[in-house]
Amino acid sequence: MLRYVIRRLLTAIPTLFVIVTISFFLMRVAPGGPFNQEKGLNPDIKANLERVYHLDESLLMQYLRYLWNLVRGDFGPTYTSPDFTVAERFANGLPVSIQLGGMALILALLIGGALGIIAALHQNKWEDYSVIATATAGSTIPTFVIAPLFQLFFALSLKWFPVGGWGDGALINKVGPVLTLMLPQLAIVARLMRGSMIESLHSHHIRTARALGLSDYAIIIRHALRGALLPVVSYAGPAAAALLTGSVIVETIFSIPGVGREFVFSALNRDYTMVMGTVVVIALFTISFNLIVDILYAVVDPRVRYD
Amino acid sequence: MEDSILTLRGIKVNFRTIDGIVEAVKGVSLDVRAGETVAIVGESGSGKSQLMMGTMGLLASNGTIEGVADYRGTNLVGLSKQQLNTIRGRKITMIFQEPMTSLDPLYTIGNQLIEPIVHHQKISVSEAKARAIEMMKLVKIQDPERRMGSYPHEMSGGQRQRVMIAMALANDPDLLIADEPTTALDVTIQAEILELMAGLQKRLGMGMIFITHDLNIVRRIAGRVVVMRYGEVVEEGDTKSIFANPKHPYTKALLDAEPTGRKAPPAAKAPKILDGTNVSVTFEIGGGFLAGPPLLLKAVDHVSVVLKQGQTIGIVGESGSGKSTLARALLRLLPSEGAIVFEGRDIAKLNKEEMRPLRKQIQIVLQDPFGSLSPRMTAGQIVTEGLLVHEPSISSGERDARAIQALEEVQLDPKLRNRYPHEFSGGQRQRIAIARAIILKPRLIVLDEPTSALDRQVQGQIIELLRDLQIKNNLSYLFISHDLAVVRAMADHIMVMKDGRLVEQGTPDEILENPREDYTKRLMAAAFA
Repeated sequence: MLRYVIRRLLTAIPTLFVIVTISFFLMRVAPGGPFNQEKGLNPDIKANLERVYHLDESLLMQYLRYLWNLVRGDFGPTYTSPDFTVAERFANGLPVSIQLGGMALILALLIGGALGIIAALHQNKWEDYSVIATATAGSTIPTFVIAPLFQLFFALSLKWFPVGGWGDGALINKVGPVLTLMLPQLAIVARLMRGSMIESLHSHHIRTARALGLSDYAIIIRHALRGALLPVVSYAGPAAAALLTGSVIVETIFSIPGVGREFVFSALNRDYTMVMGTVVVIALFTISFNLIVDILYAVVDPRVRYD
Repeated sequence: MEDSILTLRGIKVNFRTIDGIVEAVKGVSLDVRAGETVAIVGESGSGKSQLMMGTMGLLASNGTIEGVADYRGTNLVGLSKQQLNTIRGRKITMIFQEPMTSLDPLYTIGNQLIEPIVHHQKISVSEAKARAIEMMKLVKIQDPERRMGSYPHEMSGGQRQRVMIAMALANDPDLLIADEPTTALDVTIQAEILELMAGLQKRLGMGMIFITHDLNIVRRIAGRVVVMRYGEVVEEGDTKSIFANPKHPYTKALLDAEPTGRKAPPAAKAPKILDGTNVSVTFEIGGGFLAGPPLLLKAVDHVSVVLKQGQTIGIVGESGSGKSTLARALLRLLPSEGAIVFEGRDIAKLNKEEMRPLRKQIQIVLQDPFGSLSPRMTAGQIVTEGLLVHEPSISSGERDARAIQALEEVQLDPKLRNRYPHEFSGGQRQRIAIARAIILKPRLIVLDEPTSALDRQVQGQIIELLRDLQIKNNLSYLFISHDLAVVRAMADHIMVMKDGRLVEQGTPDEILENPREDYTKRLMAAAFA
């Protein structure tokens, strides 16, 4: 198992290299640059800026320079906010996004999982239909519709939580964004859990357990649920990577200083180093969570063996 | 009956489906006395399994049961789940057909054995563990202490079924219900499990209900037989008299369904169709980037086959013996080593394009009549698909005429050719698969377990059909089967395979009556005991 993990970590290096290389050149294919403004900058100032940031060098040279800095852990300066480096921006924004995303993920797994199990145990009864209806609504209504509605009803009318802002991380400020982030995930988890639980309950070994006169609790929790967790686990990995690296829409609507906004804004402003930093962070999260999922798989299912 | 432990009276099982109510069991009455073995015999769909599933409260959620199922004064029908759970698993237990999937894959064997013991006997885990090890010994599992820590996937099908039996018997039940417990197992394993069950039944003095479609098993194990058809009991009595003197026509038909007849060998100077010399197939398992070299598995190890025109070679062996792999290699569906000569031409080195025209001459009919026909094509489209490749020039009218002709040849009403596979029975589907093969007028057909998924009666009809087609078209067959009774009726030459090697070959008389090798002897003893 340890050997497997080490091997997976080693294969992450070429993966990351490929991702960095492709993103670096793709981004440069897009027209414009960080200092091309609508009004037009004084050519001398622009040349000066480009020299400072090495943007006047050949593309290959810039690429090699970026790689070399990256290997040493230096993500470079940002072009849009000269007072901060890319690393500092992430140091400020990432904890915010991780808090919100983490809470949303845990709640989605717990509540969604429970709803899915309840639906599966009452297949084609009213409990099941209400869960399906909730799940369908949750996954079809877009976040940019849900979030303003939450603000309107719960924040403005009922005054349960503030309309927006981070409030230095006060819990009450997190309610709105967490609920908004959670809802679509909860819907997907509930649907996945329902489906795999129904399949699990129909499997032959559950029939054996019933024939042996075991209690409902033992059958559902010990025998059916454990196997049914696998599809949810494999969904939760990539979902975690996506949630923890922030959401543009939710962070914009609730004015949250997370990293979700960075990707879009820095891409629009051709803030090359910031875009590359976001790519690396998201790639690292995705690779790590996929590895965690594979390890969890082996923990839940003894048939899965890595060597 | 006074000493009856389970008395069924007027049991009905119904299923609610989209097409309305399906009556699976239509009022069955039955008595099981302490210590006796009753066999319930019938073909698939006769309701024999659902009768007992209903009694045990194990019906699918759309199923309902009516009637009386009296166990020592308690009516099991209508009992609450809590009350039922004090009887099932404790006094009445059940084992099933699917040994591969009937155990929970995520828990160790020991865990699964201990759980019902602790649950019913309310004893400590360490006491239950001792009992579990005792049960493992009873069902003759080697090295039980170590095996307690094994997971189901680390055991063979036979071992898993032994564990199932141990689980079922751990609480000293009065009655064991066994639903086709040996059907999915190889014949030699089947014989061992049957022997074990018969021995345990006598030793523990429990009653046993044995659900099966296999009359051979009934003869070996049961004192009394109940024959079911379409959800009703058509005949019952003690085993000897039913076998000696069946009264109901259906019982007679069942008893006659054992395939009979022999095939004469081809003329001595019949030309060779297929000649494979030292054919070997090796599979690579695992391996890859940073994972080291793959494991090599010899699935077929230097086997030679000579098939003449009009000949049927039966290839027999248990699962994993390499019989299907050999056939696939001979058809060049798998990469292999060794020479393969088809009608005087070496085909071992031909590439895919060069093989294509020859494919017309060599056809294959597979075991699974449900999985091997595309569900989205009509019977007519399925049958004529090969013509599109091999005779692209003929018109659609001609193709249709050929489809009609082929379907008539397999005795299927050509009017049904616009229906889809799910509208046909298993036997009819297998006829479609055969029509698909013969429409191209091949020289050689590989029949890979073509009758294994079919009931005995239907099986007999398919065998008849295959024999007729062979004579009419001077076909050569490679007939792969684990069912020796069918091979005896079909083949004029038999090859016995084990672990990828040829163990023994000869005429049916030589192999079946006077086997030389130990393995063949064991195989025959298990199949025809």
